[in-house]
Amino acid sequence: MDKNIYVTGIGIISAIGDNVAETLDSVRKQKSGIGSLDNIETRHKNDIPVGEVKHTNAELSKLLGFSPETKITRTTLLGIVAAKEAMESAGIKDVKEFRTGLISANSVGGMAMTEMYYKDFLNPEKKGDFVDYILNHDCGDSTEAIANVLGIKDHISTISTACSSSANSIMLGARLIKNNIVDRVIVGGTDSLSKFTINGFMTLMILDKEKCKPFDAERKGLNLGEGAGFIVLESEKAAAGKEILCELSGYGNANDAYHQTASSPTGEGAYLAMEKAFKVSGLKPADIDYINAHGTGTGVNDLSEGTAIERLFGNKVPAISSTKAFTGHTLGACGGIEAVLSVLAIKYNMVYPNLNLVHQMSELTFTPVKELSTDKPINHVLSNSFGFGGNSSALIFSRH
Amino acid sequence: MNNYITAVCAIKNGKVMINDKVDFTNNAAGSDVDFLKSVYLHYQVSYPKFYKMDSLCKLAMVASELLIKTNKITERYKSEDIAIVIANSGSSLEVDTEHQKAISDKVNYFPSPAVFVYTLPNILIGEIAIRNKIKGENTFFIFDKFDAEFMSSYVNSLLNSNKEECCITGWVEFYDNNYEAFLITVEKNKEGNLNITNTKEELTKLYINQAQLAAS
Amino acid sequence: MMTELMDKLKGEIITQLNLEDLKKEDISDDSPLFGDGLGLDSIDALELIVLLEKNYGIKIANPADGKKIFQTIRTMAEYIEANKK
Repeated sequence: MDKNIYVTGIGIISAIGDNVAETLDSVRKQKSGIGSLDNIETRHKNDIPVGEVKHTNAELSKLLGFSPETKITRTTLLGIVAAKEAMESAGIKDVKEFRTGLISANSVGGMAMTEMYYKDFLNPEKKGDFVDYILNHDCGDSTEAIANVLGIKDHISTISTACSSSANSIMLGARLIKNNIVDRVIVGGTDSLSKFTINGFMTLMILDKEKCKPFDAERKGLNLGEGAGFIVLESEKAAAGKEILCELSGYGNANDAYHQTASSPTGEGAYLAMEKAFKVSGLKPADIDYINAHGTGTGVNDLSEGTAIERLFGNKVPAISSTKAFTGHTLGACGGIEAVLSVLAIKYNMVYPNLNLVHQMSELTFTPVKELSTDKPINHVLSNSFGFGGNSSALIFSRH
Repeated sequence: MNNYITAVCAIKNGKVMINDKVDFTNNAAGSDVDFLKSVYLHYQVSYPKFYKMDSLCKLAMVASELLIKTNKITERYKSEDIAIVIANSGSSLEVDTEHQKAISDKVNYFPSPAVFVYTLPNILIGEIAIRNKIKGENTFFIFDKFDAEFMSSYVNSLLNSNKEECCITGWVEFYDNNYEAFLITVEKNKEGNLNITNTKEELTKLYINQAQLAAS
Repeated sequence: MMTELMDKLKGEIITQLNLEDLKKEDISDDSPLFGDGLGLDSIDALELIVLLEKNYGIKIANPADGKKIFQTIRTMAEYIEANKK
């Protein structure tokens, strides 16, 4: 059971780049991807900034070599871009060489499709077959489509636990390898911006009208984003002879059991998830060199997460930052995107700046990192992801 | 290592099935939501938040309530030792449609925050967790149909890795006049009323048996 | 005037927040709506903001303002009287 889980490939697309190279370039220049909303028509278009991938669906299709008329949802297109890059970077040429799985996560799934067909949806005469059709375009459809393009058949599943979905898909992937169900697995998640989410988050009044300021005393809320992030996990056998980027050494998940959307003041779920991740990894909090926080920029999350981190790390909180001010909150994809950033942090000994931070939160003793740092060795990274429904996850990546 | 299915509660077709028998029937309800309310009232579940939930959560809430009542897992295990792993195929489509309708109304544009918060399927796990103070590992999967092979092996690996002692697992779907809850508890020991070994074959048999009871 | 408005508000709140197990008589004019009173939560507060806009044309831009306005049925009615269009 105590097998090592190797990370051999990474792929990413978000507001700060279409691939790993562009993403690295953006973070090194400390360039945020938060800006105007161009690809969606909504009444809130000019009210809020977002982390949008600056390509239309037709452009994304072209980038992938598909016909521009392809009826593939944006969620799926983004997922294919990142999952393909992850597979290529892991040097996987023949999928059949080992038992290979795909676990993808998303929170809105086929919402873009439902949006497109919404009028038919309301037409009672169109019931029947039509319902089946819509049901085929749910969250799971995107995973099937990505698996098809990559030629993956051995294990395919979809996780939907809101904003911790991707982190949970990474955790499940590790389990599949440990239980000898697959030899390698592409794990992560994808989500696209939609009218559905933008209008929904507006009603929750947690969207900042300016660029988000995670962990700032005057934070006003989050910026929505979109994108996809996937990593390739392999067993020792499958990874033999390959460049190993790092290991997934720990993971944990717990429920906050407090409120449908708001996290508890004590950060109970977050605390339990991190504690479990440490237990799995055999590491101690003092071993962590960098924490990539969930840090959405909402009043409730940052205080709750910060409190949980202080409960666990005491007054010895390591370098910490939220990268949401770069990418926006990519919901179901954020755990995948931040896993890629965590792997890069180890590879390049890099700590990302927590952009837009000015005012220290009085409730917390630690101050997140404000400038990019590349001069300290980063051997162990803790990455947090928390979702509505109380779902709280923590992953630990370690230098090989 | 064997793990055991210790109790089951299924709700389908106007019936509530607890373990191996139909425990409550109401075919006279005007709508599916009315039926769920009649279940809530019949079993005297006193939890006013029930009325605020979307239909999917209402269904999950009453089914989990009756399941936990039969074998008292929340009294027997610590809150961190109980996991919840649930799946469906339609995600939160029923309430998604409601939110979509509200945001598409150009004249009366009043989308509801209380509706939007339910547009994620794992909120139903959150509701069960809040109600019962359950803090263990929790995951929501999307599958085409109930996958007994995956669900039994996933839950077994969760329990065998010594992370959790007990798991509430199953299938909860509510969409367009089609609702189905099938929830079981799986434990390491033979503690309950059923004590069926948690294998793909036994789980499939149990699932089919509940469906037959619902159709009877 | 005020009594009528408060009575109307109680009905609207019961409908908007799906408080199906409550009747108007169960809600008093001056007991707290949140916390120990009716036990409403942050999502209910957001729903009350929607209610004010939908039924009275009053927009609240900052959710933090809700804390004061939604203390009791009476504070809510007073706010509506002072701000309705």
